[in-house]
Amino acid sequence: MRIALCIALLTAMAGAALATEISLDQRRSGYSFMSADTKAMQDEDTANPGMLFVLDGEALWKRKAGSADKACADCHSDARVSMKGVAAHYPAFEKTLGKPVDLEGRINLCRSNHQQASPFAYESRELLALTAYVAQQSRGVPIAAGDDPDLAPFVEKGHALFVQRQGQLNLACANCHDDNWDKKLAGSPITQGQPTGYPLYRLEWQALGSLQRRLRACITGIRAQAYDYGSPELVELELYLMTRARGMPVETPAVRP
Amino acid sequence: MQPYTVVGDAISASLTGTKGDATHGRALVVERSSTCILCHSGPFPEQAFQGDLAPNLSGSGGRWSEGQLRLRLVDAAHLNAATIMPSYYRVDGLTRVGASWRGKPILSAEQIEDVVAYLMTLKN
Repeated sequence: MRIALCIALLTAMAGAALATEISLDQRRSGYSFMSADTKAMQDEDTANPGMLFVLDGEALWKRKAGSADKACADCHSDARVSMKGVAAHYPAFEKTLGKPVDLEGRINLCRSNHQQASPFAYESRELLALTAYVAQQSRGVPIAAGDDPDLAPFVEKGHALFVQRQGQLNLACANCHDDNWDKKLAGSPITQGQPTGYPLYRLEWQALGSLQRRLRACITGIRAQAYDYGSPELVELELYLMTRARGMPVETPAVRP
Repeated sequence: MQPYTVVGDAISASLTGTKGDATHGRALVVERSSTCILCHSGPFPEQAFQGDLAPNLSGSGGRWSEGQLRLRLVDAAHLNAATIMPSYYRVDGLTRVGASWRGKPILSAEQIEDVVAYLMTLKN
């Protein structure tokens, strides 16, 4: 009896948690909220400023680094083959650390462990370029993050953070991006916050930037204390957002206003 | 922080003990840092960028009394815990407030009174 009650309660709770989630047929990339000009900039590789970073990333992929004197290509060969679809599964569970790592974290682990090189700094041109090059190999591939059962508790933490009100403005991510998307905040459409195109070129930044950079900006926007780059909280939030965007195609390098 | 008393759905007494300045209030409402027009629109023809997450402010002084407007600015969550409207005069019960804003309300008592005075002029 008690067990049956527990199951009924858990089912009801799961139902409540999912109630505000955006169903697959309702999911919209930030792309769909953009002007025709900005869409055209993303669509045309020769006009997409993110492609300059992808080209840098391709050069870095082939460049030997660290005391091991190895390039990414020495182990992974042709990224167009070996990296196809990989970014669609990130953040992924890293067994040796017992926690998820995002694509930037994975690249830096490879540098430390296999190239014996120092990790790239967060938001450095090198890390963004290499991440963009790897992620671009998944362009068009449906996002499929979060399948690994080891990730479940971290997805849940990310979700808890997504619905946690915080900051002086006392707002949760969900207040805007689940409940009020497509309305206008100071004249600009609120998107669903689907992280389909990172790293991406933001016109406001005049630069390529990571999902963590975007999350930190949003958190500062609600006047909360931004989590540090590479913090578990940001990775868990990235993970939750990627599971929330399941089935949507990767757009890296996307362009956004 | 000035103490205040909620009676029903209103704070009838001015937080400062004096009447606010409606002209200052209007200037504050349209200033991005006050955050008002990020979500609200209103009779601000000169403002190109206004929000539509929240009701148009036109007529708010006709719909609500001064005391009702004051409580809605000070602590809208007091009336509706699920509201997305921040509590503009509150420093307690918040989570992870950024260092630059910690311990400070979004608007000062004087600013609350100025905004209330301005909204009271919006009769239609």
